[in-house]
Amino acid sequence: MSRTTLFALQILVAVVGLVLWQVLSTVPVFGKILLPPFFFSNPLDVFSQIVKWFASGVIWKHLGITLAESILAFVIGSLGGVLVGFWFARQPLVAAVFDPYVKMVNALPRVVLAPIFALWLGLGIWSKVALGVTLVFFIVFFNVYQGVKEVSRTVLDNGRMLGMSERQLMQHVYWPSALSWMFSSLHTSVGFAVVGAVVGEYLGSAAGLGYLIQQAEGIFDVAGVFAGMFVLSAFVILIDFGVTLVERRLLVWRPAASDGRG
Amino acid sequence: MTTPTAVALEDAKVAFRLGDGRVYTAVEKAHLAVAQGEFVAIVGPTGCGKSTLLNVAAGLLKPAAGSVRIFDQPLAGLNRDAGYLFQADALFPWKTALDNVAIGLEVKGTPRTEALSQAQKWLTAVGLGAFANRYPHMLSGGQRKRVALAQVLIRDPKILLMDEPFGPLDAQTRQVMGNLLLDLWSADRKAVLFVTHDLEEAIALADRVVIMSAGPSSRIIGDWRVGLARPRDIFEVRLDKEFHALHREIWSVLKDEVMKGYAQSTQAAEVV
Repeated sequence: MSRTTLFALQILVAVVGLVLWQVLSTVPVFGKILLPPFFFSNPLDVFSQIVKWFASGVIWKHLGITLAESILAFVIGSLGGVLVGFWFARQPLVAAVFDPYVKMVNALPRVVLAPIFALWLGLGIWSKVALGVTLVFFIVFFNVYQGVKEVSRTVLDNGRMLGMSERQLMQHVYWPSALSWMFSSLHTSVGFAVVGAVVGEYLGSAAGLGYLIQQAEGIFDVAGVFAGMFVLSAFVILIDFGVTLVERRLLVWRPAASDGRG
Repeated sequence: MTTPTAVALEDAKVAFRLGDGRVYTAVEKAHLAVAQGEFVAIVGPTGCGKSTLLNVAAGLLKPAAGSVRIFDQPLAGLNRDAGYLFQADALFPWKTALDNVAIGLEVKGTPRTEALSQAQKWLTAVGLGAFANRYPHMLSGGQRKRVALAQVLIRDPKILLMDEPFGPLDAQTRQVMGNLLLDLWSADRKAVLFVTHDLEEAIALADRVVIMSAGPSSRIIGDWRVGLARPRDIFEVRLDKEFHALHREIWSVLKDEVMKGYAQSTQAAEVV
């Protein structure tokens, strides 16, 4: 199938979906509207809500806040995950001592931490960043830990026989291996950074996409909720696209077959 | 004047502690000397501990008893005079072919531009001048072995340790690699310890062929000098009468060990 046909079919799915939604929410079938506007709104209203947000410029502030929170959560969570992952992998004793606690914290549904973070850090961006960090940290941590531990024995011996010191092994063997594992989980960790930010906003904030959705929901503005959802998914797709570009540059050395690791 | 001994294993014994606390003796009382400039091949059945012996010479393993001397100095820690060519892929997958070769010089503190130009020369020497920017996964198995060879040789080690380096390659590529190795080796005649399970390969390449018995507790049970003239061509030398005579002689000893090793490996499988 050619690219254009595929693209046309993809568009067709969207069009059919939107038309069905529009028709079922406005035209009665057998004297009954199947998608009551109160619960389902309709595409035109949703679309005009999105246009209104962008035309008036309100949306930019919220998008900016959510983006800032996601980036901060990703950066801080990744840094922490890399450092601790490295430390644990190189110090098996430390890893063994902390193991049950790491498992315990990781088992905790992170959403329950949101109220605590709001209490500690207030309703500003930092409580959302903290929630995102707890999500991102563990993904990066586990990947880096695995990456350092599973460095091929042969490659390591080869490094030693080529005369590498411990520090050079770190730089030329452990570090690239750990980073490759971290990058392979980039999509997941970036996604979780956004989840942390939006969920945090939804549970209590004064700005951001989650806040917009929560506000709309509060006044039964279903069109607003759907509009927020669409903007959010477009936002995530854009970020994901950016991640793909970064990944392609950083992992050129990796054979395509081993993709999807982590 | 006698030529100095590059590698000397004196009654080296290698043992491992197994998971259940028993001690498994891989190699018993190995006595082996490789003179400077000598190419020695170790041949033995699967699982006889020949790679283990090589790791001892490299300093990656400590012998349980006996000693290892490198140029008459007792070996402590890693063998810094040796370059090691591994059986498995040992290239750094995140480095290009050129960077993989250059790294051996870079860790010594050679400036990067100098290391890179040397690496390019070595890649050309192994016939991969045009593949400098490929990553290992973009190269064939034979090409990866060439890069690995350049990676080891660029450091100009006095001793070359090779653990079935051409094992994973197909028959034709092995012969081509063998000739390449002999070519490069003849330039400065390093001491070589070459482990293989292929007797033909061993005779074609080496000055001496050493046979090990089947494991566990394997020993060195034979030592033959190969008198074939150098320079050799691996394709040609296999047609030589002397080659055949030697092959028959060594095989008569090796055959029993191979059968023993095979029987043991099947028994072990049944016990498990």
